[in-house]
Amino acid sequence: MLKIENLHVSIDDKEILKGLSLDVKPGEIHAIMGPNGSGKSTLSSVIAGSEDYEVVKGNIFYNDENIEDLSAEERANKGIFMSFQYPVEIPGITVTNFIKTAINSNLKARGEKEMPAGDMLKKIREKSKLLEIDSKFLSRSLNEGFSGGEKKRNEIFQMAMLEPSLAILDETDSGLDIDALKIVANGVNKLKNDDNAIIIITHYQRLLDYILPDFVHVLQDGKITKSGDKSLALELEEKGYDWI
Amino acid sequence: MSLKEKLVSSFLAFELDTDIMSNVHKIRSQSIKEFEKIGFPNSKDEYWKYTPVKKILNEKLTLFNKKRHLIEFDKVKDFFLNGIESYKLVFIDGMFDPLWSDTTHEEADVCILSSVLEKEKYNNVISKYYNKLVNSKESFSLLNSSFSKEGAYVHVPKNVVLDKPVEIVHINSGGESSLMLQPRSLVILEKNSKAQIIESHYSLTGKQESSANNVDDFIDPLTNSLTEIHINENSNLDYYKIQNDVETSSIIDNTYIDQKSNSEVSCHTFSFGGNIVRNNLNFYQNGTNVNSILKGVTILGTNQHTDHHTLVHHANPNCESYQEYKGIYDDKSTGVFNGRVVVDKIAQKINAFQQNNNLIIGDNATVNTKPQLEIFADDVKCSHGCTIGQLDKEALFYLKARGINENDAKGLLTYAFANNVLENVKMQVLKSKIKKIIADKIGVNLGFEL
Repeated sequence: MLKIENLHVSIDDKEILKGLSLDVKPGEIHAIMGPNGSGKSTLSSVIAGSEDYEVVKGNIFYNDENIEDLSAEERANKGIFMSFQYPVEIPGITVTNFIKTAINSNLKARGEKEMPAGDMLKKIREKSKLLEIDSKFLSRSLNEGFSGGEKKRNEIFQMAMLEPSLAILDETDSGLDIDALKIVANGVNKLKNDDNAIIIITHYQRLLDYILPDFVHVLQDGKITKSGDKSLALELEEKGYDWI
Repeated sequence: MSLKEKLVSSFLAFELDTDIMSNVHKIRSQSIKEFEKIGFPNSKDEYWKYTPVKKILNEKLTLFNKKRHLIEFDKVKDFFLNGIESYKLVFIDGMFDPLWSDTTHEEADVCILSSVLEKEKYNNVISKYYNKLVNSKESFSLLNSSFSKEGAYVHVPKNVVLDKPVEIVHINSGGESSLMLQPRSLVILEKNSKAQIIESHYSLTGKQESSANNVDDFIDPLTNSLTEIHINENSNLDYYKIQNDVETSSIIDNTYIDQKSNSEVSCHTFSFGGNIVRNNLNFYQNGTNVNSILKGVTILGTNQHTDHHTLVHHANPNCESYQEYKGIYDDKSTGVFNGRVVVDKIAQKINAFQQNNNLIIGDNATVNTKPQLEIFADDVKCSHGCTIGQLDKEALFYLKARGINENDAKGLLTYAFANNVLENVKMQVLKSKIKKIIADKIGVNLGFEL
């Protein structure tokens, strides 16, 4: 599904990713762990299509298509989703209206009809229940004045609504207390199936207690230095990153 | 002959035509004398620096229409709020139109100013309230005080909550090409009362459709409007100005609001149309625990120009004022915001907030924004801020990352920017109407109910 080959990425002429490779297949959950400044957030932004970064070398293939020249919205239309580490506050537009616009934009881009209002409402109800989101919350301005936990829950709610085939969760566990973490993890697990894939980018392993990864990769200084299974995460938690 | 000379010399004829026994005769005579002395402002005046007022002061403008023009209802039905009951005061070319109006004298007076000025039983009201707040050094106010004889009169007695909103609609029929209208309104809320007022100005035809024989003879109309509002103790007014006129019409609006203790007034100004629009919105807080709310959304394109000059005069302690103005400027449009806040020495413990944010969309659009704080008290909280910029790049990426294409994302963010000012609009019908105008103005097709 996602194949990254020897990826070099710079921002303002400073190289952040220095030859990163990754292969993600449908049905898999990958965790990418690493210390601060190792390039974790750069990786998720580059996959999502941020224009702040420059791909200097290497390729990103998504379903065998090189997506380098695709805009962020084209990538999203094809089923790539990123849960933001810091979701942007947008006063003046409600959560509901935002998600409606997003869903219909994606349908339109795929040449499909807009979702009937009744179906939309039903889906919103169903998915907000999954993430234990109150209906009052849905009529608030997008992310405005939300707590850290509410913002992250709202990101996963959007993921549930959009049903992407590839979801990148960038530091989704940061700012969450244990109860919110469980709700978010439960939501993600329910959304997981054999056809989609998830990349979890995290500093700590605690989210991985609730969402079990098939693979764990260590990202250090712009490169993946070690890959393994779930046990690698526990080892990292115990020993830190320096031993690798 | 300049427009000033023409106006001054036509005052005699105007007086001949008007009842000189009228109790405002003295006000008129004094005003025209003063106007003759100071004349029109020009761009050398600091107060008019950024508004090219000369452009709209055409010497061919006339004060009086030659005849009454009829208009089909179809052409104007969108000027009204549909779907709710309201009192209506409709003026066509400055003259009251009883056909589409809906006045009352029952619980409150919602009627026309001309009859109030003429009838003896209103003498007390007029001597107490008429022309009491007007700035006697302001040219356009003086001009209005000289020539105005018609407009809205709203008087809500003690302990009355007006059951329906009042719509004041001024229509320029376009039947005559060069009218300079002088509408005048007087609003009085007695103690412990409440009202909602919506005021709008429209012109029916532009240059292209003018019935003037020669299109070149068409002079863009100018409205010089003045409103005085007196809010007594414990009263509450919700006031909305809708400026969404054709691009050839200009308006100078002077509004003076006096608030007594424990009163609250919120005034929303929606400036979406017209050629040159100038708003002088003046609040005087003459009591304690007064709250004044001033909000504005301005969306312009082409060569349109809108200038908001606000004044909040805190003359007493323990009061609040809240100003939030947002502007979106496309093409070569220009905007001005000048927010003056005066805090008198005795006005301790006041809280004055002011914010002006502007989005520049057009490469050649311009905004001049200036907070002007004059604070003479030492225990107060005054904050102000202004921004001029483009859409937030991070927010744009957030929307795009959810699959919304660039154009729609920009439209949605622009809409959200303006929409955020509407949270205090209590009338749902009005709120939806304004939201639709905003979406339409921005050219965004929103996939949700407004």
